[in-house]
Amino acid sequence: MMRLDNIALIHVENLTKVFEGSFVAVDRVSFDIQRGEIFGLLGPNGAGKTTTVKMLSTLLKPTSGTAEIAGHGIIDDPDAVRRSIGIVFQDPALDDELTAHENLDFHARMYNLNRQQRSERVGYVLKLVGLHDRADLRVKKYSSGMKRRLEMARGLMHYPKVLFLDEPTLGLDAQTRRSIWDYVARLNKEEDVTVFLTTHYMEEADFLCSRVAIMDHGRLVVLDRPEDLKSSIGSDLITLECSDSGRFAERLRKEDWVENLKLHAETMIIGTKHSAERIPEVVNIARDVGVRVTSIETRKPTLEDVFLYYTGSKMRDSEPNTVDRMKTTYRQWARRS
Amino acid sequence: MALISGQAIYVIWLRDVKRFIRARSRLIGNIVQPFFFLSILGFGLGTAIFPGIPSGYRFIDFLTPGIVAMTVLFSSVFSGVSVLWDKQFGFLQEVLVAPVSRLSIVIGRTFGGTTTAVMQGFVILAIALALDVKISLIGLASGILFMLLLAFAAVGFGLVVASQMEDFHGFQLIMNLIIFPLFFLSSAVFPLEGLPDWLKTIAYLNPLTYGVDGLRYSLIGFSSIPVLVDLAVLLALCAVMISLGSYLFSKSEA
Repeated sequence: MMRLDNIALIHVENLTKVFEGSFVAVDRVSFDIQRGEIFGLLGPNGAGKTTTVKMLSTLLKPTSGTAEIAGHGIIDDPDAVRRSIGIVFQDPALDDELTAHENLDFHARMYNLNRQQRSERVGYVLKLVGLHDRADLRVKKYSSGMKRRLEMARGLMHYPKVLFLDEPTLGLDAQTRRSIWDYVARLNKEEDVTVFLTTHYMEEADFLCSRVAIMDHGRLVVLDRPEDLKSSIGSDLITLECSDSGRFAERLRKEDWVENLKLHAETMIIGTKHSAERIPEVVNIARDVGVRVTSIETRKPTLEDVFLYYTGSKMRDSEPNTVDRMKTTYRQWARRS
Repeated sequence: MALISGQAIYVIWLRDVKRFIRARSRLIGNIVQPFFFLSILGFGLGTAIFPGIPSGYRFIDFLTPGIVAMTVLFSSVFSGVSVLWDKQFGFLQEVLVAPVSRLSIVIGRTFGGTTTAVMQGFVILAIALALDVKISLIGLASGILFMLLLAFAAVGFGLVVASQMEDFHGFQLIMNLIIFPLFFLSSAVFPLEGLPDWLKTIAYLNPLTYGVDGLRYSLIGFSSIPVLVDLAVLLALCAVMISLGSYLFSKSEA
């Protein structure tokens, strides 16, 4: 057991899942997760996040590749893996007809906890998620936020080393989402449990995760701490929409203040420092090369930008439309000048 | 992992029983329907004369074991198929991700379904007693045995059905095309003696016939098939259904 301190708690190597012979849901994914992390797998719907979680939790057999959790191979020793992990599925997996207490008792017995462990643990985990005064209420009377918390508590019942949360705040309102985040951060700290979560909410990954892996079309695109991901594309960003961006981009790349530049159809993203001061310069260059800029915006990079930068596409269902936002900003900027 | 986990089997059984007791509407429906069958058919056809019912027995005496068998059968098949319910509501994932063998899960479910089915069988027996049906108390022990075997086989059958379906849509079809014909052709509501030969052949190929006959022998004391044959057929049916059910269930993915 000592060696566990030095090696990764979760080690994933070339994990691949091919469905029906041709659809590659997860494509040679590799990463390591250290003890104590809150690790986020970020990507749009259909990126392969849930399939990855299902393979790691031994519910689905990988087509190729391997993974180890707490030193146990997911293929060689699925039983030990199951005992080392707790999991909250994307869809609620509670029995509505039973009370919270009974749901937890069910879980505890399925994981073979003895009587003393059961009675200790039920009270403890319910307190951890603030549901101890609702223990004997039937789950069908619970709100969706309470159900999520109960499921997180249940996932912790059997002292797991890793807690998987598959889209933990999907379908919850903004306020409930924030409270779930607080609970996740709290149990990561108080229970000393490593958290592996998947999400398609940028802010969630940004707020919670110590490291984020961006996944798209089954592939792991990039993996780093959120702040490093953001600074990797520039400390400031200028996003602009323009006609004939190819020539314009070529010209801009020659400027030494341009740290990096990416083109996606009509959208151009420039990473730089002090971006606001560069706007007149950008507009001048545009005029020189005869390009019409339709909108321009400067801001601090978000994970949304990181995603766009590395994948070339927007998160498919991210909330406020980026183009709309840019247009508004441009109008405001144009009025000011 | 341990092939058999006592705690897991116990808690899966416990969950089934709790759900059964709490789902009042289902409980009432499951009892009212056989009660109607028993009282309406029992008295409605009470004056008819069937070949195959020995003198000294009323039609309702003949009918009671059939309706008990019906209750046990329908309830058990539904228990087996309710795996689909858990699948739809996500709870199945919680069960499947636990470090528990699929065999233990199947055993727990089977015990749960059997328990609730036999409990309902008893309610029907109590109603029958109230309707003045003479039930042999000595035969009750072997009657319970037949109810248990019938329930086991039917839960297994339900699991087989569930493993072949994605959701509940096909369930009504299975009920109408398989369960109802088997039930009516099992001597549950009328003796087989008066049937044409081809229907009689089908009835004797129907394993349910042996369950109903065994139950009738136990509860009211007459049968048209030697009771040991009934027992042998039912045991074989249980073995086949439970192994097929657990095999197919263990292959299903979350």
